[in-house]
Amino acid sequence: MTQTLLETTDLTVRFGGHVAVDHVTCAFRAGELTAIVGPNGAGKTTYFNLISGQIGASAGSVRLLGQDITRMGVARRCAMGLGRAFQLTNLFPALSVLENVRLVIQARRGKGFNLFSIAASHVEMTTAALAVLERVKLGALRDQKVSELSHGNQRKLEVAMLIALDPQVYMFDEPTAGMSVDEAPVVLDLIAELKHDSDRTILLVEHKMDVIAKLADRIIVLHNGALVADGPPAEVIASDVVQKVYMGREIADV
Amino acid sequence: MIDWLISGDRPRSVALGAVLLGILFSLAFAPFLFPGVRALDTAATILIFIVLVASYDLLLGYSGIVSFAHTMFFGLGAYGVALASIHMGPGWDALIVGALAGALSATVLAYAIGLFSLRVRAIFFAMITLAVASAVAVLVSQLFQLTGGEDGLTYRIPRALTPANRVGELFGVRINGRILAYYLLFFSCTALFLLLLRIVNSPFGRVLQSIRENDFRSEAIGYRVVAYRTAATCLSAAMAALAGSLYAIWLRYVGPDTTLSFEIMIDVLLMVVIGGMGTMYGAVIGATIFVLAQNYLQNLMGAASDATSALPLIPDLINPDRWLLWLGVLFVLSVYFFPTGIVGRLRAGR
Ligand SMILES: Nc1ncnc2c1ncn2[C@@H]1O[C@H](COP(=O)(O)OP(=O)(O)OP(=O)(O)O)[C@@H](O)[C@H]1O
Ligand SMILES: [Mg+2]
Repeated sequence: MTQTLLETTDLTVRFGGHVAVDHVTCAFRAGELTAIVGPNGAGKTTYFNLISGQIGASAGSVRLLGQDITRMGVARRCAMGLGRAFQLTNLFPALSVLENVRLVIQARRGKGFNLFSIAASHVEMTTAALAVLERVKLGALRDQKVSELSHGNQRKLEVAMLIALDPQVYMFDEPTAGMSVDEAPVVLDLIAELKHDSDRTILLVEHKMDVIAKLADRIIVLHNGALVADGPPAEVIASDVVQKVYMGREIADV
Repeated sequence: MIDWLISGDRPRSVALGAVLLGILFSLAFAPFLFPGVRALDTAATILIFIVLVASYDLLLGYSGIVSFAHTMFFGLGAYGVALASIHMGPGWDALIVGALAGALSATVLAYAIGLFSLRVRAIFFAMITLAVASAVAVLVSQLFQLTGGEDGLTYRIPRALTPANRVGELFGVRINGRILAYYLLFFSCTALFLLLLRIVNSPFGRVLQSIRENDFRSEAIGYRVVAYRTAATCLSAAMAALAGSLYAIWLRYVGPDTTLSFEIMIDVLLMVVIGGMGTMYGAVIGATIFVLAQNYLQNLMGAASDATSALPLIPDLINPDRWLLWLGVLFVLSVYFFPTGIVGRLRAGR
């Protein structure tokens, strides 16, 4: 039996009268890549926000590594092994590319309250950060200010920061959105590499069907906040419910 | 060695490096370079304000936190020394106890304010600091039996630090306790400034900058933003209190006007902005220029006014009584032309 790393039970959030995530019960197992699909406004990002703690649940619970984290703060969830990359790029714009990743490594090493040493003298952290930058092919831009990066490179850095965090649960929210055709493979290859690590789980919100078909072990479909399908890719894509959700169109068109 | 002292935070501009070295040199040898009571007073004030402004920069420039309570913490340190010196009698022990008590109470008060209000929006924190600072100012003037009210307190400090203590002569300058006190200030302020420089260049300092840039993401990569903001507030308060203690040693007097007033708060804000926020070195330059202008602009204008007495209108415009107006003009111009402060401008080149 593979181990369940993350589990949501009847997870629900309401914004006024609008139910954005509606009693979603789902378990994510180690060694598995789950693609989360659904039309715009289906509640995918909101589901992520509930899991990583940016917004509080109205009902239901989230369990991480067997522990109830429903009321836990964002930083503590992260320290427990929950890592998240954002759909809308969310970086430290005035800092350098290297510093963005270095800050993540530093958080991971628990060095944030080190007041009296010189940050730059922790060579090991800088080296680790550079290694991650190399993996997303941003090594050459290490000293650039993030606000001066192209959109595609900012998206790569967004992914690099999640990889630097080295979590047990990876959450990617449309990581290749807005990337050019020759930039996207760098990120997708990286995600494929992460899959080989069998004690982690990956959640991937993605619209492009060819990407999902290639990477996913499983697809879950959200529609109006509710989980309407869950299963192996081929099965889910062929199912009636998915065809209905996408109103007869192919998912790839959405 | 020097790199270690300045925590690897180099000026990154020849001009800036030269200006900083010039200020360091002038302050280090002020008693010999600029004889006279007034000049020494000015140099001491610059030293104190460098620390006060640098500690405020830790908050405003590095952490992006707006506080109006900084002079309150400054005052706590000053009153700590004053009260200890009065109640324990003049002595080194009173200075140390007073300074530590001031720094401790500043930290505790900052912690309470932070815990209470840093969770909520930034503007709320700014308002709370304003309210607490006003309340403390009122309290100090009401509790006159303890604090001397608006008149403030005078007290004695160890004789070794007073003019009565004659030590000898060096380079034709009579060395007395006052000059020893100046060097006590000089070395303490240098150490405190270098400590602040270290803190902003430490892993902790980097976290503060990340929070200033994007607190949402800082939290998401695992930093507990409230804890860091609270820690920064406490540190900055303790540093301000220590600066206040040193000021009290120098002045041998504390009163609301010299340590607590809202005017000083505004001055500190201007010094940070003029020097350059989030640079630390900006505090050195901002404080130096500001204190010099405050002390000498009036003289300069008097001289200029006399020199132009033959011309119409101009002598009136630069009459010493208008010095505040011109100080204001100077600020508006400097903020307009150097939005990133003098340090930012020098680093950008030209
Ligand atoms: N903080 C909020 N307050 C009010 N409504 C919200 C909030 N966050 C999300 N919503 C609403 O919840 C619904 C789900 O939004 P969400 O961003 O989760 O969709 P999504 O599936 O990620 O869509 P997309 O594919 O466009 O990214 C939307 O109708 C959105 O307007
Ligand atoms: Mg979304």
